[in-house]
Amino acid sequence: MLLTLDHLTVRLPGTARPVLDDVTLRVAAGEVVGLVGESGSGKSTTAKAALGLLPGTATASGTVRVDDADVLALTGEELRRHRARTVAMIHQDPRAALNPVRRIGDFLRERGADRDRAAQLLGAVGLSDPERRLRQRPHELSGGMLQRVVIAGALAARPRLLLADEATSALDVTTQAEILALLRTLRAEQGAGLLFITHDLHLAAAYCDRVYVMYAGRIVEERTAQAFFAAPAHPYTRGLLDCSPTLGDTSRPLLPIPGRPPSLGDAFPGCPFASRCPDAEPACETWRPEAAELPDGGVAACRRAPAAVPTATERNLS
Amino acid sequence: MAVRIARRLAGFLATLLAASFVIFAAVYAAPGDPAVFLAGGRDKLTPERLATVRAQYHLDEPLVVQYGRWLGDCLHFDLGRSFKYGDQVADLITARLGTTLELVAYATVLFVVLGVGAGILAAVRQSTWVDSAVVGGTTLAASVPSFVAAIALVSLFGVQLGWFPVTGSGRGFAGTLHHLTLPALSLALGALALISRVTRQAMAEAAASDHVEAARASGVPEREIVRRHVLRNALGPIITMCGLVMAGMLAGTVVVETAFGISGIGSLLVGAINTHDFPVAQAVLLLMVAGYIAVTTLVDLLHPLLDPRVKQEARTA
Amino acid sequence: MTALTLAPVRVPDRRPVGVTVAAAVLLLVVLAALLAPWLAPYAPDAIDLSASLAGTSGDHLLGTDSSGQDLLSRVLHGARSSLVAPVLLLAVAALLGVTLGVLAAWRGGWTDALVSRLTDVMYAFPGLLFTVLIIAVFGTGTTTSVLALGLAYTPTVAKYTRSLALAESRKPYVDAYRIQGMGGARICALHLVPNLGRAVVGYLVVLFGEALMSLATLSYLGFGAQPPSSDWGLMVQEGQAAVVQGALLPALVPGTAIALVVVSFNVVGVWAADRLGRQA
Repeated sequence: MLLTLDHLTVRLPGTARPVLDDVTLRVAAGEVVGLVGESGSGKSTTAKAALGLLPGTATASGTVRVDDADVLALTGEELRRHRARTVAMIHQDPRAALNPVRRIGDFLRERGADRDRAAQLLGAVGLSDPERRLRQRPHELSGGMLQRVVIAGALAARPRLLLADEATSALDVTTQAEILALLRTLRAEQGAGLLFITHDLHLAAAYCDRVYVMYAGRIVEERTAQAFFAAPAHPYTRGLLDCSPTLGDTSRPLLPIPGRPPSLGDAFPGCPFASRCPDAEPACETWRPEAAELPDGGVAACRRAPAAVPTATERNLS
Repeated sequence: MAVRIARRLAGFLATLLAASFVIFAAVYAAPGDPAVFLAGGRDKLTPERLATVRAQYHLDEPLVVQYGRWLGDCLHFDLGRSFKYGDQVADLITARLGTTLELVAYATVLFVVLGVGAGILAAVRQSTWVDSAVVGGTTLAASVPSFVAAIALVSLFGVQLGWFPVTGSGRGFAGTLHHLTLPALSLALGALALISRVTRQAMAEAAASDHVEAARASGVPEREIVRRHVLRNALGPIITMCGLVMAGMLAGTVVVETAFGISGIGSLLVGAINTHDFPVAQAVLLLMVAGYIAVTTLVDLLHPLLDPRVKQEARTA
Repeated sequence: MTALTLAPVRVPDRRPVGVTVAAAVLLLVVLAALLAPWLAPYAPDAIDLSASLAGTSGDHLLGTDSSGQDLLSRVLHGARSSLVAPVLLLAVAALLGVTLGVLAAWRGGWTDALVSRLTDVMYAFPGLLFTVLIIAVFGTGTTTSVLALGLAYTPTVAKYTRSLALAESRKPYVDAYRIQGMGGARICALHLVPNLGRAVVGYLVVLFGEALMSLATLSYLGFGAQPPSSDWGLMVQEGQAAVVQGALLPALVPGTAIALVVVSFNVVGVWAADRLGRQA
């Protein structure tokens, strides 16, 4: 297994509930895994945990492993090498991720590419005239071009695991499609695993092999992409599907999820989604969510999930 | 960009004109006859001397004409004649300006190296005892007037330890360096707090950028991050503040040159005032103010060149 | 005054031990100044050439200067003028600065433009040079120094007051008074200025240390207090010649006194101004 998060709980001082609460997640080599949730659900923190980039004030329990390295125990030079070689992150806003006063070439060289490789990488991500791009600065390129540069930077060190944090959310739709296709191709060429983080469940289900849905720092459902559309098990997942429009489906009414996404100031004695859940029963308010295996192999953390079977906690997907 | 430069230069000229007019017209604020005042008071005053002064300053003409002629004379380095020395004021100044500029340059090197260095240290070790020590130490240094610092430095390094000479400006490069070390240090000490604080603040802001976090997430070595991302992006405010402080140091030499008995334009000004030699005082003040305005304008003009985004606009505009 | 005036030092928020110590130092200095005639073992101008440049001893706790004057007695007496003069100069600056600032904010238009141009011209003089120009014209002495420095600090106070007054003049109570038919001058004098008082005083408190330093510097240059005054800056100047001869006390005693008071005042002043600012 490439990336293994086991019962990862991360707390920040001054918050009522953990940022990540008992998160268990796997990404196998060569696999594309989606991680979906509203903003503040803990998606980005999950990615940062894989990089060993949790805030200094955070306390974490559980394990984060990439290959065989215990990420949370890495320090100093080992941690730096882990970030430089094993895992690479593609950020949401490419313009913020690049230093405005430095050249594109500097950005790539900093990530371990020499001049030739840098030019070759820019060509591989579909930028024209790579030699000239190397001398340009971020403000001379469009957002889509910059995201290609960021992807080139992420691929520079041939990482085993790619983390794409809302990597295409800031781009227009056609560029988004190009970047998504590019990411999939390049990832396949390098045989790397990809954790694809997005707020868009439809996109994740269409793009990924397997998808995790997060809510209030917890994984509420984990299914293969096909299973999501066929039979979403968790009411939150159903809510997500119901509240976003899909092409060619104009007759279906859009149903927003009532209430607001929970903040870090909200603590929950029971299921965190209970107050917004259409199917909630009084018992849900006190039920500690537990992952239960679904008949088709997925996992859902809902008291009322159909045919719920408690899972072995050490369930191994590989 | 061209418009910006033109506007800035116009502002520079306007300020310079206004300030020089204040320096010029100050004569009329003095109690009594301006001619007597310019001649250095009633002692030893001869009718010939009074006539010379009247002619030199065109005192019989309207104020604006007088100012215009005075300004014209100043531009030709005809700054009048010193009452005390009997020399041309321009000669007095040229003989001393070099030493003052050396002192300012030396002090600038010291406060840039020490101040920016301390600021970087405080920023990198933010919220540790190093940070507190830098902030506390430089704040303390800023609370000590430069003449007290001068005396303390002379007492310790000059008299007690005998490492540095206590007065004069020395000959040759090594001699000058040796003589000007303590003066430059007393001049620089007060600026350390300001410079280190600006450096620390600018670096803290630059360090909060997303691209710094992104670089860290990519495993870029911390030393590279500090140098190429944090410090590089913080340079704008740091360089601006260093330029402003350097410009202000011309005025600081007044005290430090007096304290160390250095013969520069600062001590010339003090001597001129204590001997009522107004033409000299006027000329030195004009020079210092003009230098200050010129350097601050220059800093303002150069500042945007640090940012490639602005430079790009400049090229395309 | 220049744009380089040190920004108020941001000392960390917790009420630090330093503030207490600094406040205690200031209290002692003020007491010493008040009680100088009773505390000082000698008259400040008692010359005793036989005891010239004596070191510390039972007779002279802090030694003597080249005229044999007791340094402790001089420093104690000097505390009076050294502490009172900055207060006076800040009073001058406050009077002029608040008037100009409120006028500029209230009248706006060309009044505001004129005040801001005047301010700009004065900011073109770095450091103490504006003060030095005034002294060059009107001659040296304590009164000239205090007035000249007061004038030099005016733009800083005016600028600060203007921004405060501008915000204050937009508050609804000002309109209420205007609707009642009250004149602008009365509203300013009776309501606006008193409401700014706290913040302005806080600002002046922060300036005090610098004002004291500037005045001491002028005295040191021979522009301020004249002999036989025991002004600290002047004492440093008088004691400087002895330093080269190896007698450090005559210059270091008053020099340390200046540094001690300025440091203490900066520590306490910033802390106090912070609180005043927060309550205002």
